[in-house]
Amino acid sequence: MTTVTDTRPAAATPTVPRPVYKVTGRGTLRSEWSKFWSVRSTWITVALALIALVGFGTIAAFRYKSMMSGGARHVDRDFLDATSVSLTLFGVNFGQLALGVLGVLFAAGEYTTGSIRSTLTAVPKRLPVLWSKVAVYGVVAFVIGTVGSFAGFLVTNAIVSGTAAHLSLTGDVARSLFGAGLYLGLIGVLAAALGAILRSVAGGISAFIAVIMLIPGLLSLLPTSWQGHVGPYLPSSAGEAIYTLHQQSDLLTPGKGALVLLGWTVLAVAGAAWRLVGRDA
Amino acid sequence: MIEARQLTKRYGEKTAVDGLDFTVRPGSVTGFLGPNGAGKSTTMRMIVGLDAPTSGTVTVRGRRYAQHSSPLQEVGALLEAKSIHPGRTAFDHLTALAYTHGIPKRRVHEVIEQTGLQSVARKRSGAFSLGMGQRLGIAAALLGDPATVMLDEPVNGLDPEGVLWIRNLLTQLAGEGRTVFVSSHLMSEMALVAEHLIIVGRGRLLADTTVEALVRDAGGDTVAVATADPARLRDLLSAPGVQITGEPGSERLAVTGRSAREIGAVAAEHGIALYELTQHRVSLEEAFMNLTRESVEYHATRPARSAA
Ligand SMILES: Nc1ncnc2c1ncn2[C@@H]1O[C@H](COP(=O)(O)OP(=O)(O)OP(=O)(O)O)[C@@H](O)[C@H]1O
Ligand SMILES: [Mg+2]
Repeated sequence: MTTVTDTRPAAATPTVPRPVYKVTGRGTLRSEWSKFWSVRSTWITVALALIALVGFGTIAAFRYKSMMSGGARHVDRDFLDATSVSLTLFGVNFGQLALGVLGVLFAAGEYTTGSIRSTLTAVPKRLPVLWSKVAVYGVVAFVIGTVGSFAGFLVTNAIVSGTAAHLSLTGDVARSLFGAGLYLGLIGVLAAALGAILRSVAGGISAFIAVIMLIPGLLSLLPTSWQGHVGPYLPSSAGEAIYTLHQQSDLLTPGKGALVLLGWTVLAVAGAAWRLVGRDA
Repeated sequence: MIEARQLTKRYGEKTAVDGLDFTVRPGSVTGFLGPNGAGKSTTMRMIVGLDAPTSGTVTVRGRRYAQHSSPLQEVGALLEAKSIHPGRTAFDHLTALAYTHGIPKRRVHEVIEQTGLQSVARKRSGAFSLGMGQRLGIAAALLGDPATVMLDEPVNGLDPEGVLWIRNLLTQLAGEGRTVFVSSHLMSEMALVAEHLIIVGRGRLLADTTVEALVRDAGGDTVAVATADPARLRDLLSAPGVQITGEPGSERLAVTGRSAREIGAVAAEHGIALYELTQHRVSLEEAFMNLTRESVEYHATRPARSAA
């Protein structure tokens, strides 16, 4: 074994004049924003989300119209007391899939591609990256959800004009449509947090689907008394409470629903923060 | 300046880095050498805080990497594992990194030019050749104009021109007074650029030395001589600092501390016939292999031991 200790004096600091940079929260936010929009999958998924939000409402509206004008010998129960809002919100179920997948891709994609190593060497304190991701994606999903819902409503309403489903854009209707945007924003962040916790695109998508579809489905197998206690507090039902136009007995109030969903989202983001700080990248 | 103190990393049962102590100083290229699995990449990941040490510390200019206000300006790192989203263009990748620190676009263009990526900067990096990807990683490392440049096996995948380019780049960066820390498992490659060497095996420090000292300790250069009169030649050549070995009764001698040219001149002057005069250069590769043999052999013999 050879060990030679170098005793030379340390060389001078770099001789080239160097500008002073600094890692900032704003910079990190800009970085996440630019990362989000600089991959093709973002544009594709955003387009899919908008198509789903507007398209499914449109299809539902046409079906409703033809049933109503076709003498209505048997109208689907779903359509009996449909409104242009309820028809529009058909699209939310599909829109949330697209936005959920995009949230997972945005967060877990960093791990599956390895780009997390670049990200975290630039921002080694780590948490600002998560806050920025959540902010970027929360805003994007909310805006897309809201724009999609309003656009869907305008189209749907035009199609069903002259029928019982037609509505004017009252405060309640606007609350419902904004509620859909809020729901999509929060559920999108929840999906991103799941992706960040699981660090895998496939895992994140599976977990997201479990949250919005599987768990509510499983719950219907439980005794009814349990369903009544637990059901309204699931993320999907809490979300439905936010955007449904007419209060339903088995749902929370819109305000409570928003709080409950926010609670779930905060919990998931906290989990992601804990994972991010505690584990090697 | 990078300082590791008792730096240790365990992954479950496996100890990847085992109590490393070393200092990497500015102004010269320091090679980080060791066979596969020696813990080089793990050490480098710990330097930039991607992996947390199980125990011990590693600091960059006196602080943990994450505690610096401008990390990219402290350390520019090229890591072994891929660190770039394949769907993003080179330009977008560098721009996103630049935003975090408020580094101007001008600097992004500068490093793209410096690494010769102009023609592909707007292409998705997933379509890059191995060498282009490596250049993009180096561009990212240089982006913050860092005081320390740390590259994990930078010549991987580069063509001869690229290898030469890296060599010059490293020398230039060190010449500018930066700390340059470069890993490799090829001694021959390191010997061309590095002045200092930190050699590890199985996570432990094997040597913290200079290229010069490593050669000297490995016995320096030897000249093999075959002569008609070994006893007389031996007397003529002996001097302080000169070592001569030879079997009694054999016409062969091994001389260190004298060049083949000097030996030939002395022999001619005294009319001693020489049958052979060969300079043996102790290869650095050999010196390195001698140092790391144990740590490599351990892996090779382990199954046999457990069978016994
Ligand atoms: N994330 C990890 N989980 C478990 N084991 C790991 C992990 N990273 C590294 N190791 C193990 O730690 C040891 C050191 O690995 P490391 O990649 O640091 O070596 P290296 O010196 O860079 O080797 P090479 O020359 O092959 O690149 C190896 O045995 C490796 O299998
Ligand atoms: Mg390695």
